[in-house]
Formats: sequence, C-alpha cells, structure tokens
Amino acid sequence: MVKFIRTHGTESALLAVIVVISFVLSLVTDRYFTVGNAFDLLNTSSVNIIFAVGLLVVLISGGIDISFAVAASVAQYGTALFIAWIGGGNWAIGLIIAGSIGIGLGCLNAALIQGFAIPSIVVSISTFNVFFGLLMFFTKGVSIYDLPDWLTEHVVLYERQLADGSWIEISLPVLVMAICVVATWTLVTRTTIGRQLYAFGDNPEGARRFGVNIAAMRFIAFGWLGLMAGIAGLVQAHYAQEVVPNALYGRELDVLAAVVLGGARLGGGKGTVLGCVLGVMLTQITQNGLNLMGVSPFAFKMIVGAIILIAITLSNARIERLLPFLSRKGA
Amino acid sequence: MSALIQRLNGAPFVRDMAGPGFAFLAVLIVFSLASPQFLSGATFGSVAFQLPELGLLTLAMLMPIITGGFNLAVTFTANMAGLTVAWILEANGGVDASPEVFAFAVVVAIGVGALAGFVMGLVIAFTRAHPILVSLSMMIFLRGLGEFLTRGGDVSGFPEFLHPIGHGSILGIPVPMLVFLVCVALWHLLLSRSRLGFNTYMIGSNIEATRYSGINTRRVVILVYTLSGAMCAIAGIIMMARFNSVRVGHGESYVLITVLACFLGGVHPDGGFGKALPVFVALIDLQMLSSGLNILGANQHLATAVWGLLLITVMISRWLVLRLRSNFASSRR
Amino acid sequence: MALFPEMTVAENIGFSEVVGHGLRLVDYGRIRAIALEALAKLGVSLDVDAPLKEFPIAQRQIVAIARALVGEARVVFMDEPTASLTQSETDHLLDIVRNLSASGVAVVFVSHRLAEVLEISSRITVLRDGRLVGVYPAEGMTQSKITELMTGRTFEAKVRAAPRADRPVVIEVDGLSRPGQFSDISFKVHEGETLGITGLLGAGRTELAMTLFGMLKPAAGRIRLDGREVRFSSNRDAIDAGIAYLSEDRLSLGLIQAQSIVDNLVISSLARILSGGLISPGKKTSLVGKWVAELGVKIGKPEDAITTLSGGNQQRIAIAKWLATDPRLLILDAPTVGVDVGARAGIFDIVARLADSGLAIILISDEVPEVYFNADRILHMAQGRVVGSYDPRAYSLHDIEAAVYG
Repeated sequence: MVKFIRTHGTESALLAVIVVISFVLSLVTDRYFTVGNAFDLLNTSSVNIIFAVGLLVVLISGGIDISFAVAASVAQYGTALFIAWIGGGNWAIGLIIAGSIGIGLGCLNAALIQGFAIPSIVVSISTFNVFFGLLMFFTKGVSIYDLPDWLTEHVVLYERQLADGSWIEISLPVLVMAICVVATWTLVTRTTIGRQLYAFGDNPEGARRFGVNIAAMRFIAFGWLGLMAGIAGLVQAHYAQEVVPNALYGRELDVLAAVVLGGARLGGGKGTVLGCVLGVMLTQITQNGLNLMGVSPFAFKMIVGAIILIAITLSNARIERLLPFLSRKGA
Repeated sequence: MSALIQRLNGAPFVRDMAGPGFAFLAVLIVFSLASPQFLSGATFGSVAFQLPELGLLTLAMLMPIITGGFNLAVTFTANMAGLTVAWILEANGGVDASPEVFAFAVVVAIGVGALAGFVMGLVIAFTRAHPILVSLSMMIFLRGLGEFLTRGGDVSGFPEFLHPIGHGSILGIPVPMLVFLVCVALWHLLLSRSRLGFNTYMIGSNIEATRYSGINTRRVVILVYTLSGAMCAIAGIIMMARFNSVRVGHGESYVLITVLACFLGGVHPDGGFGKALPVFVALIDLQMLSSGLNILGANQHLATAVWGLLLITVMISRWLVLRLRSNFASSRR
Repeated sequence: MALFPEMTVAENIGFSEVVGHGLRLVDYGRIRAIALEALAKLGVSLDVDAPLKEFPIAQRQIVAIARALVGEARVVFMDEPTASLTQSETDHLLDIVRNLSASGVAVVFVSHRLAEVLEISSRITVLRDGRLVGVYPAEGMTQSKITELMTGRTFEAKVRAAPRADRPVVIEVDGLSRPGQFSDISFKVHEGETLGITGLLGAGRTELAMTLFGMLKPAAGRIRLDGREVRFSSNRDAIDAGIAYLSEDRLSLGLIQAQSIVDNLVISSLARILSGGLISPGKKTSLVGKWVAELGVKIGKPEDAITTLSGGNQQRIAIAKWLATDPRLLILDAPTVGVDVGARAGIFDIVARLADSGLAIILISDEVPEVYFNADRILHMAQGRVVGSYDPRAYSLHDIEAAVYG
C-alpha cells in the first residue's frame, strides 16, 4: 500500500480526491451512492475512456496528438457510409472498418512525424484541420440518422434489478471499453513493445542506442491511438444513435486534460492506464454529482474547470514543497 | 549563386521569413492564375476585415508558445471580455449608452482578460504544472462561466457608434485591421526590443539557466500570460463589434488555428524562437487562401483543410531544404 | 547515460530482454533475476523494484555498469563514468572496476581525471584532436607527462606570487550557516585576491556560493560587502550589489545552450544596454565585441548558438557574461568542468588577469591542484565546515591533497 502510494503518487491523489467528492455527494444526495448510479457513470464515460487509453500510449511514447477526435469522426462517418453501401453488416464488420480507418489516419500522422522529422504537435494540428475540414467539406455537414438496427439498438449484456428498485446494467459500450482498457494495459505493462514505448518516451536517444526501432515505436503508438479512436467513434455513434460529423469536435482537449490530470507526462515516459481512467472518471463523477444535486447544467463545466484548476494547483504545489529536491535534480 | 544563398541564409530576417514568405508567393501565384478576380480590391477588403480576429488571437497565443507553453483559453477569454463590454453597455442604457461608457467598458474588459491570463500565469509560474493543462482547465472554466451567465444565448443591442469599429474604414483601411496592425507593431517591438521580450525567449529555451542569470522568471511568466489575456480581450472587443453581438463559443474553432498560424510563422513548438512579423505574414497567407478558395466557390471547411495541408507542405519543404543543404555541405567537404 | 529514469532498476539492467524479440510478453521474473545477478557480480545491493529516478547519480552509474555486464560481457567500455561522482563514490566505483578486471573482463576507461586514470589502468592511450598520440604502460607515467602528451605543450606550474597586503576587503563573511548544508563559515576576500575553496563534492561549497549569490537564504551569520552588511532577497539583488556566480553546471544552468552567443552574453546586464527603455542593438553589438576581444573567445558569428562553441570558449562566454555586470566579486564554481586540459590554462590566465585588475575572486574546485596553483589562500571544507586554511606558498601540494582526499 505504502509502496503503491510512493510509486503511483498521482493515481493515489486522484483516488483520494474521487473518494472525498463521492463521500460529500453521498451525504448531500441519496441517489449518488447507489450501484445503479455507478453503472450509469461507466456507461457515460465509455467513449472518453477509450479515447483516453489510446492517447495515453502516444503520450507515453513522447508524442502528442490533437487530431484523434476528428479522426474518430472520419472513421464513424466512413463506417456508416460503408455499412449503408453493403446494406447491413454487424458489430464485427463495423469495428473492423472503423478500426482500420482509425489506424490508417494514425499511421498517416506517424509517417509525417517519422518521415520528415516534424514535431508531433505540428503534425497533429495540421491533420486535425485537414481531417475535419475535408470531412465537413465532403459531407457538407450532413448528419446520418438512418443507421442499421444492430448499431442503434441498445445492447444490454447483463442486467438485474436491485432491492431498492434501481436497475444495474452492463451495456455494450462498457464491454468494449473494458476490452480496450485491458488491451492497452496489457500492451503497455506486459509486452516487450510496451516497455520499449516507455523507454523511448523516457530517453529517446538511449532507446535508439539500445536498438529500439524508433519508426516502429511511432507507428505502433499512433496506430494504437487510431485504432482506439476508430472504436470510440463507432461506440459514440451507437450511444448517440446518429452520426453527426462535428459531434466529436472539441473532445480532443477534454480527453487530453483528463489524461494529463491522470499523471501522464507531456514529453513521454510516464503515465498509467489506471491514472488515465481515474482522470476521466473525476470529471464525470463531478458532473454526475452536480446533476444529482440539481445544479444548473450550465454551471457544470465552470465547476469542472475550477476543480481541475484547483486540483493541479494543489497537487503540484504540495509535491514541490514536500520534495524540493525533485525540481532541482530533475533538470 | 551559392554566395547569394549563403548571404541570404546568413541574414536572420530572410531566414525567419523563408517559410511564410514562400507560402505567400505560392498562394498569390496559384490563385492569380486560377481566378482573375483574385488580385482585386475585393480580396484585399475581405482579407483585411477577416484577418484581425484570428490575428489578434494569434498574437495572444504567440508569447506563451515562445515561453514553451500554450494558452488554449484564448477564445473564451476573448468571449468573456466581449461579454463584459456588452453587459456594461446594457446596464448603462443599451443602444443609448454613451461613448464614455464604452471607453470605460473597454478598460474593464481588458482588465478581465488580463485577470484570466494573470491567474494562469500565477498557477504556471508557482506550481510548474504544464501550461497545456492549466490553460485547458481555464478554458473549460471560462466556457462554463460564460454559458452559465448567458444561459447559452447571445447578448446584443449596442449603440450606433460601435458600428464603425467593426465595419468602418479610415483612409481605405478597415478599422479592425488598423487595430490589428497597431497590435502587431506593439508585439514586434515588445519581442524584439524590450527586456520582457528578451526574457521570454530565454525562458522558452531554459528557464532555470535564465533564473540563474538574475532574471525573475516567475514575474516574466506571469506577465506573458497577463499580456496574452489582455490581447485576447482586444480580440473579443473587435469580434463583438464585427458580429454586433456576443455569444460564448464565438470563434471557438480559432484556438487550434492560432497555434497553426504560429507554427506556419516559424515559431518553434518547444519555445525559445519565433517572431511577430513572420507570424503576421503567415496569417495573411491563411486569410488569402480562404478568400481565394471562397472566390473559387469553396467553403470555409475546405479552406480549413487546405490550411492544414499548407502547414504540412511548409514543414516538409523545410526538411527538404535542410537535407539538401547538409548534402551540399558534405559533398563540398 | 542511456538509462531510463522512470523505469525500475531491474528493467534498466535487463532492458536487452525486451528489445529485438518482436512482440512478446515481458518476463519480469527473468529480468529481476538478471538484474540481481549483474548487481551481485559487482558486489552491490540495490532495491531492483524501485524506479531508477529515486537513486542518486552515483548509483545510476553503477546500474549502467551492471547493465553492461549482462550477457557475459568480455569488454566493458566506460565513458567518463566518474564525471559527476564525489570522491568516495569514485573510490567505490574504481573498486568495482578493479574487481571486474580481476574477474577477467577487459575494461576501457575514458576519463579526463588523470589521477583516476593512473590509479586504475594498466595501459594508457592518449588521443589529441582525434588522433592517436600513443599507447603507454601506466607504470612510470605521471600526471604532468600525460598532460604534456595530451596538449603537446609543457606546463610549468607555479603558485601565485604573494599579493599586496594593503588592499581593502571586498567581502567579509561572518558565521554564515544553513542547517544541514554548512555552518559557521567565516572568511574575507580582498581586492585582487583569489580565495580557493576545495573539498569533496557534498561538502557544502556550492550551497555556500548560492547563499553569497542570494539564491539561498542564510539561517544565521552576516555578509558584508565593502564594509556594508547586505541581505539579498534574490540573485538580482546580489548581481546589482556586484556579486557574480559562474555555475558549476554550464550545460544546463550556466548558459542557455540553444540561444545565441550575443544573447547569453548580455542576459545578466540588460539594464546596461538600454536606450529609451528599449534594448539597443548598437550597444549590444559593441558590448559583445568588447568582451569577445578581451577574453580572446573564438566564435563564428555573434548570432550563432552557444552549442557551436567548444567547452573552453563556452566557459569564456560564461565568464564574459558575468564580467559584463561589472562585478566586485566573482565566484567561479568548478570553472574547468567539461573544458579540455589545453584550454584550462587559458581559463586560468583570464582568472589571474582579472585578479590583477582588482577583482575579488572565489575559486571553488574539488581538484586540489587547481586551487593550489591559482589561489592566494585555500579553505578546505568538509561536511559544511571549514576544516583547514592553507597558504599555497607555505604548504606543498601533496600536504593539502593528503588533507582533502585522505
């Protein structure tokens, strides 16, 4: 336990904040601390968590990507067109198509970064505009509402009524999210590729000298984010029951904030799947709690923004005061 | 010829201008050939009216990027400043408000923008949290605050005398453009000649070494973000006058475009390098592109995509030039 | 060092397990076993499950060596392994190297610290300007002989002539203390005098210098500058009062490597090149021209980045940056780190000239010969206290070295 807190400082801090917020919410509302609500939270967080674990892999490898949310829109739209064209399809086909489009767009980013030595922030700002601009241009901003039944039908994998009368259910998005989380966790902590990604992000020159294939690292990281973005795009279409080309626009910054809040370092080498899930959950729990407390929806974002601002101020200020040698020796 | 290239490479101004200048010529030539209407007063007019909003926000983004950070809250800071002016006008007679009230409102609005920047600067300087995270949470906060206070609607109904600020011209130059030109000149002077500007570059490259050199780096960081916030406020006021209304979310899509414009203008993504004038040329490139495409019948979305392609093209050309130059150097050795 | 600070010690040592096998599950048990075995070979025990960033630099160096031993290495190549170690850490490392060669591993040991080279090697290869000068048996070699081979010149080292006694005091430190770092430090430095401070790394020398420079606050004691007591709230105050501090870490603290020579030179004296509140390019250029000529710095263009310069020329720019602030007292903290042997003499020529022109100088170095030949008086610090004070004209180098290193 002590060891966990030492090696996972950010995760422990986030967990503590979530516990405190949950405790306060359970006192002021009687709905919050129910199993049913917990599953609601999971359902609504699925898409962002899938994005977040994808982005995490890129951040670990020392890159950054702004374009993944609009890439997800492209994958979503492309998949919707494709399944309309073949007339039918199913989840497997949908996921393969959306995932492939996502991987393709991610690899495009990686190719530009690797091939022309352009910083990843510059590449992804460019491709963000290219993906979104072309999507809106070719679709003329028209949404697709006529989706096949398999995509729009609410799939419940497990449901049960509790003694208090509320329902718990695990829906398809939660399952997909769980698979993505476990797969990403396995990739970054259990496979040799994942450890090379950390090493590459931590010390690129050192990793190169050790024979780590830099180009492969970039393609794997951005490809993985592309895959996650494609999947998240399809899940979001399922959740919203429509495909709106600009629905995911702007999501990239929310997800980035959550992942960095979860302890991933911009610059590489650091970040965990747990932290990234907690980062997303913190903002979702706050919104959910405010909702249950009857606060105006217009105030949600303001309070979430203020909480993140206060959280980073407190956590960074405390770390620096407690461990002043860190900032000096870090250079 | 090679002597000429050597001389040109040696001159810092030419080196900084190479990317955006090259793009400028390319855009000019392509569209002049594609459409005879392109080289006309109308194009100039549309560029001059549309450029300032994006341009002022880009100036607000420029200084934080040079310090090695970002200010992702630029657009919502601008919205909040616009709202401040709108409310002060509303509270003092709406359409009948006097110019004095407006002047007062402008001062307060710049103060509001500066305050938002000041808070970000304070958090970044004292906690060393990453500027992306700090400014993102400030962005989420300001968006929420604005939406909460306006309930998602817009505020309008301004006095007549505001119209020229958004739509008037002096000596044939639109007023927003004049404001923008003054701000570019100011930023150019600030960055190239002032101590604050000097320290901004140094901090961008190595903040600890700058502190060891006797510079109060926290003060510099706070000032940079405060100035950035104030510049956002000016952008917000111009946007208000142009649209004749204020709504939270106006210009939201500009955030990442301002970053794109900075990179196109040769600003280094990790900080330490970048100048105001090349960024100004890069902004003109972007606006000419979108006006040109507009003449050809395309919409803003296609222009957005082409902006992205332009940045990639410039970066690839830069890579090619560096590669050719190093090949040239090694073949001479 | 090609290490990964965020990863555990075990992963750093056993990193070869995860490279070059394609996609595979990581066998953490095997990696741990490899790490423990490698550390055991060195006779060191470390917590292999802790992230490397929690260990001081000396132990990271040991981890790097342990990694080199994985897979039955026959030859280990060490490039400046002791560059940032204290004396006792260095001794420990040298013991490890000795054990290694005793166990049959060939070691190539690259270092600019000649004493170490003599102590550890059986053969010494000398390179100069990328050319092989020769390979010599270590037996019968001396430091001065190696220096001669490395530079192609002979240096006759002499202690400084006695300074004039009637010069006024520039700085007087009385009972200065900072808990845990140094305590009860008192000394005076006169105009034109060079005070050497030596002692092992961690003796509190740099902390003392940072306190004089206003970047750390003393818990007790007084600092008098030209007879007046001073209290600094930042290093800017100290600079304005006439104190300059050349950092021991030129690469990351002394100079801003990516920025231009001219900007690095004027950064601490911007107030002197203003006209009408703005920086005057004319004054900037003339300031740079003056100092580049004065210190004989070899540069391309003033707008070139610092990284285009050699270590010795970088250090000259760093000194010039402080001279431009017109100081009364110049504190030089390890001014020859990363400067090759040939260029060191040039740096000390400048230091001597500055002292002759009336500047008070504090010269900090862990290499006793440096302070012995370049200072008028030597303070020996250990564990935060002054434990000895020597006049180089009255003591032999050997005596002082025995006191400091012994």
